[in-house]
Amino acid sequence: MRPFDYVRADGTAAATEAAQGGATFIAGGTNLLDLMKLEVMAPLRLVDISRLDLGGVEDMAEGGLRIGAMVTNADLAADAHVRRDYPLLARALLAGATGQLRNKATTGGNLLQRTRCYYFYDTSQPCNKRDPGSGCGAIGGFNRIHAILGASEQCIATHPSDMAVALLALDAEVETEAPDGARRRRPLADLHRLPGDEPERDSFLEDGELITSVILPPPSTGRQDYRKVGDRASYAFALVSLASVVEMSEGRIARAALAFGGLAHKPWRDREVEEVLVGEAPSESLFDRAADRLLRDARGWGGNDFKIPLARRVLKATLRTATGTEVRA
Amino acid sequence: MSTSFRMDAPYPRVLDRTAQGVIHRPLDRPEGPLKVTGRATYAAEQALEGQVEGVLVRATVARGRVTGMNDALVRAMPGVLGVFADARFLRNPAQGGAGEAPVQGSTEVFYHGQPVALVVAETFEQARHGAAALALRYEEAEAQLDPETAESVDRPDKRKLDQGDLDAAMADAHAKVDVTYTTPPHHSAAMELHASVAEWTGDRLTLHGSFQMLKYNKAELADALGIPRERVRILSPYVGGGFGSKLGISPEAVAAAIAAHELGRPVRVVMTRQQVFGMTTHRTSTRQRMRLAADAEGHLTAVGHEDRVYNLPGESFSEPTAQSTHFLYSGVNRRLGQEVARVNRTCAGSVRAPGEAVGMLALEGAMDELAHELGLDPIAFRKRNIPDRHPEKDIPYSARRFADCMDEGARLFGWDARNPTPGQLHDGEWLIGHGMAAAARVNMVSASQARVILRPEGTALVETDMTDIGTGTYAILGQIAAEMLGLPIAAVEVRLGDTDLPPAAGSGGSHGASSAGSSVFVACESLRTTLAERLGCAPDDLTLKDGIATGANRRAKFAELLSDGALSEEGHFEPGRTKKEVSQASYGAFFAEVGVNRITGETRVRRMLGTFAAGRILNEKTARSQCQGGMIWGIGAALTEELAFDPRDGHVVNQDLAEYHLPVNLDCPQIEVQLLEERDDMACPIQSKGIGELGISGAGAAVVNAIYNATGARVRDYPATLDKILGGLDD
Amino acid sequence: MRMELLVNGDRHALDLDPRTTLLDALRDHLGLTGSKKGCDHGQCGACTVLLNGRRINACLTLAAMHHGDEITTIEGIGSPDALHPLQAAFVTHDGYQCGYCTPGQIVSAAAMLEEARAGWPSHVSVTLDGPVELTDAEISERMSGNLCRCAAYTGINTAIREAAEKTNGDEVPE
Repeated sequence: MRPFDYVRADGTAAATEAAQGGATFIAGGTNLLDLMKLEVMAPLRLVDISRLDLGGVEDMAEGGLRIGAMVTNADLAADAHVRRDYPLLARALLAGATGQLRNKATTGGNLLQRTRCYYFYDTSQPCNKRDPGSGCGAIGGFNRIHAILGASEQCIATHPSDMAVALLALDAEVETEAPDGARRRRPLADLHRLPGDEPERDSFLEDGELITSVILPPPSTGRQDYRKVGDRASYAFALVSLASVVEMSEGRIARAALAFGGLAHKPWRDREVEEVLVGEAPSESLFDRAADRLLRDARGWGGNDFKIPLARRVLKATLRTATGTEVRA
Repeated sequence: MSTSFRMDAPYPRVLDRTAQGVIHRPLDRPEGPLKVTGRATYAAEQALEGQVEGVLVRATVARGRVTGMNDALVRAMPGVLGVFADARFLRNPAQGGAGEAPVQGSTEVFYHGQPVALVVAETFEQARHGAAALALRYEEAEAQLDPETAESVDRPDKRKLDQGDLDAAMADAHAKVDVTYTTPPHHSAAMELHASVAEWTGDRLTLHGSFQMLKYNKAELADALGIPRERVRILSPYVGGGFGSKLGISPEAVAAAIAAHELGRPVRVVMTRQQVFGMTTHRTSTRQRMRLAADAEGHLTAVGHEDRVYNLPGESFSEPTAQSTHFLYSGVNRRLGQEVARVNRTCAGSVRAPGEAVGMLALEGAMDELAHELGLDPIAFRKRNIPDRHPEKDIPYSARRFADCMDEGARLFGWDARNPTPGQLHDGEWLIGHGMAAAARVNMVSASQARVILRPEGTALVETDMTDIGTGTYAILGQIAAEMLGLPIAAVEVRLGDTDLPPAAGSGGSHGASSAGSSVFVACESLRTTLAERLGCAPDDLTLKDGIATGANRRAKFAELLSDGALSEEGHFEPGRTKKEVSQASYGAFFAEVGVNRITGETRVRRMLGTFAAGRILNEKTARSQCQGGMIWGIGAALTEELAFDPRDGHVVNQDLAEYHLPVNLDCPQIEVQLLEERDDMACPIQSKGIGELGISGAGAAVVNAIYNATGARVRDYPATLDKILGGLDD
Repeated sequence: MRMELLVNGDRHALDLDPRTTLLDALRDHLGLTGSKKGCDHGQCGACTVLLNGRRINACLTLAAMHHGDEITTIEGIGSPDALHPLQAAFVTHDGYQCGYCTPGQIVSAAAMLEEARAGWPSHVSVTLDGPVELTDAEISERMSGNLCRCAAYTGINTAIREAAEKTNGDEVPE
């Protein structure tokens, strides 16, 4: 770990001001310190925002919830309102990490956690995300956990969050504050980016921009599910996960929100897949068409080829359950 | 005073007639209260006057030479006290029982991750950053990275056996299998990081380390440093797990000793978790061709087990993959052999149950396959092939309740209720299956010494440099002494893990309890003889209980018999003729119920039971724990564990506990263990056998055989991760 | 930099490198070596301590961030002469072997039982809204952040269940 200046911010304005130019916010620290010990990340200044007044889960006047960026994953999963109206979110949070980590990890930090790519974590290896221009070690290497959608020749890393996948399916928005004081509210879908030629950038946040809260719209009436597939029964990152909200009306799919984890550099939601489904009566062939749409550009890299059939199976199984379609024996 | 005993013939079952009644009982570990309160101190937990911190630096090429480094820059960093790269550095840890230094040097690089320098600073934070900042320059050379295509391959004679005519037997078989199983590299991944704190007093070195076999480690450390053994003392009173990875002296110990000598201050070096994965010993991958043939009655006519493993050039260890294949089943036509590929990967060495842990995954999988071919119940098939005499050496077996273990396990598990046809049972999304496999692990004993001091006040002290790596040594040595000397368990103190104490066998190969236990027994037998003489009775008439001696109508407290002071006795135990005259092993059987998710291919072990017979059980609680732990290692081998090496530079890819998947609590059901009563008179004078590795030896095969029963998919490429099962499931 | 930590009820003034983790502060600067370092990356749970009553990985936070916070380590849970019911149950049920992960398991279990009593659901809970019934699966899932390579999970779970029954309603020491 390289030496750094430690600053404890006493307000969001001071925090964003201090966080420009080689500085990093630290909240829970569960991912940042992990990476700093390996010198994968080496901020010159750490701006401690853990004591900022960004906690609390509040009802919004127009319906929905405002979740403070400092709300821990544990508190969010245990929140009565979340459990009642957004069970998908509680399920996703509980499917991630461990009791200890959830007590420390925050809502904002979870969204901004870095990839778990082995090559990103190992400074003896090339990695365009860590060291732009050095190459991608995962291509041609061991790539069991890597992306099958939206990857580039520069980077095939995945985003590891469970929570973000659920929030994406729930149409969450993210509120931020920039160093110039500007507050922005934008869809979560616009927070994370694909690697392209700049895999070093995970999100569209600007230098010093701070996530202050996450907004959830009023809950929908559809069925919510979160399914996670991993290499251990607990405490493993998703190989494939699926957050779904599916609403049926008169035997047809009225609405489908489907967000995937483990497949791409960002939580993956493909509106065209949802369009295939909406307005249709559920059937195996419909589910296959949805899966075809999801996976039309899927590409395996050797070690992760299995994710393509796995994602199909998970999608179809989820749709069967959510639409009440008979599960074939 | 000292007494020696060589295991040339059975010894009377003294522990069956003693009166104290503490042997075998499920007593709590005496060190338990220290462990559960955080007061047991492990190697790194020293705070010596002036102690400074060292962090190792690893090579980042697979083969070549270090030609230079920016050490001047690092030396100038805040707090940095020195950068060390020394010809005495260890390339890799010593193998178990080596007793001499392994390959040394800090210039020539043999694998990616090899320790080549040590940065020492006042604080850990400074040393860690200094180590990260040390940039090495190399002259790279061509490396051999793939065990399948490596240029250099050894075929050790000691692993070669060609008996009868395997090919003819295969050709004539009523039923046969000819299949290849593969197992990936595994890592011990003990929870305690390898750590050493070195301190010199004049020309004498004291090293607080985490090691399994101290008498060898002392010799290895002295040899590495080029100093006489008498000047080295190693302390390892608590060892946070070893599983083979702490058998031999390791690089951080030598580096700490060199730096401490140079700086004149105690130096602590703790490996990072990534370094533990990348520079301590691991288990080789294996490729195993299994050929089994049987006649119409289900009698084996041929057994073929040929494997390929790997290790670094210059390492004599190779995984004894087929170890139990030699003796477990009959079959006159036999071919066993091994190829050892020389590759530039981290050193391969012993990991819990070297040999059986992976060899039995293949053997017991192939046995399951052949049972299905024959249409026989897997237990009936195995029982039909239990040999009367060792099929290769033509010697008898010592105690062997193999069939009883299978029968008793089947009864407890409800084996008869299973459906032998795959793919028949469902529970919602889950396909349910049942599988079994045999357990077997060779039994070994080694020379071991212990001192027992019996005091007039009715207390005893047991001293040996034996270690307790979680195995229960503190408990069982105390129980043997208390039983033999007729003392309450609380009156016996056990001191371990100090090379100033009598040298013991050490912990490894499941031989520790029997070997060290026998040395305590021998010392106590001698003390009993002395007490009998002083009481005036024959040793056989002596009864000792609660600090009182009775015999020949006399009765005396120890205080009366020891009026001139404490008695001290050293017991020396060594293996003898029974080692060669009989085939000795511990046996058992595993039963597993799994659920395989029909959508995702994920497997969960729902129930697991093991039945075992391993001679006299010295402490029923710690023995049970050993078996439970071993079985969970079996779950790991079956489902989750694989140490991945990059094909291009041989570095360990998944070098942390997030990505090297040890089973977590939720991966494991509550493990059931049944221990059968047994005495093995040919094993040692306390009639016990090894149990620490028995629980893993075959366990994973029961799980994977259950996956077959659940799905009809036969996975021969361990671990059975979901991607290997998906293809066999319906859409 | 200067900071003050409140550990097991004792106030400690420290002057540490800002890079010092809470775990290293406890182990190397306060002599509280009961909290173990097994991975230093939040992947094993051996360093589990209570931070203001909640379990966390002490290796993944900076000491400097906890000025004034209340920390409870295994040393504050019980002592060899006065074992906490969880500690006693771990001894009785052999919920350990080498002992290295044990302090983390016990601290984690103490907090886990409080979480369950507070009705926090888990990944394996059938419903999100019920009182928590401590089934084998519930204990296992909630303890899956504490690896044990000796694989003493069976004893660990038995010990936790017994202690939970004995201490039902009791406060976890802070």
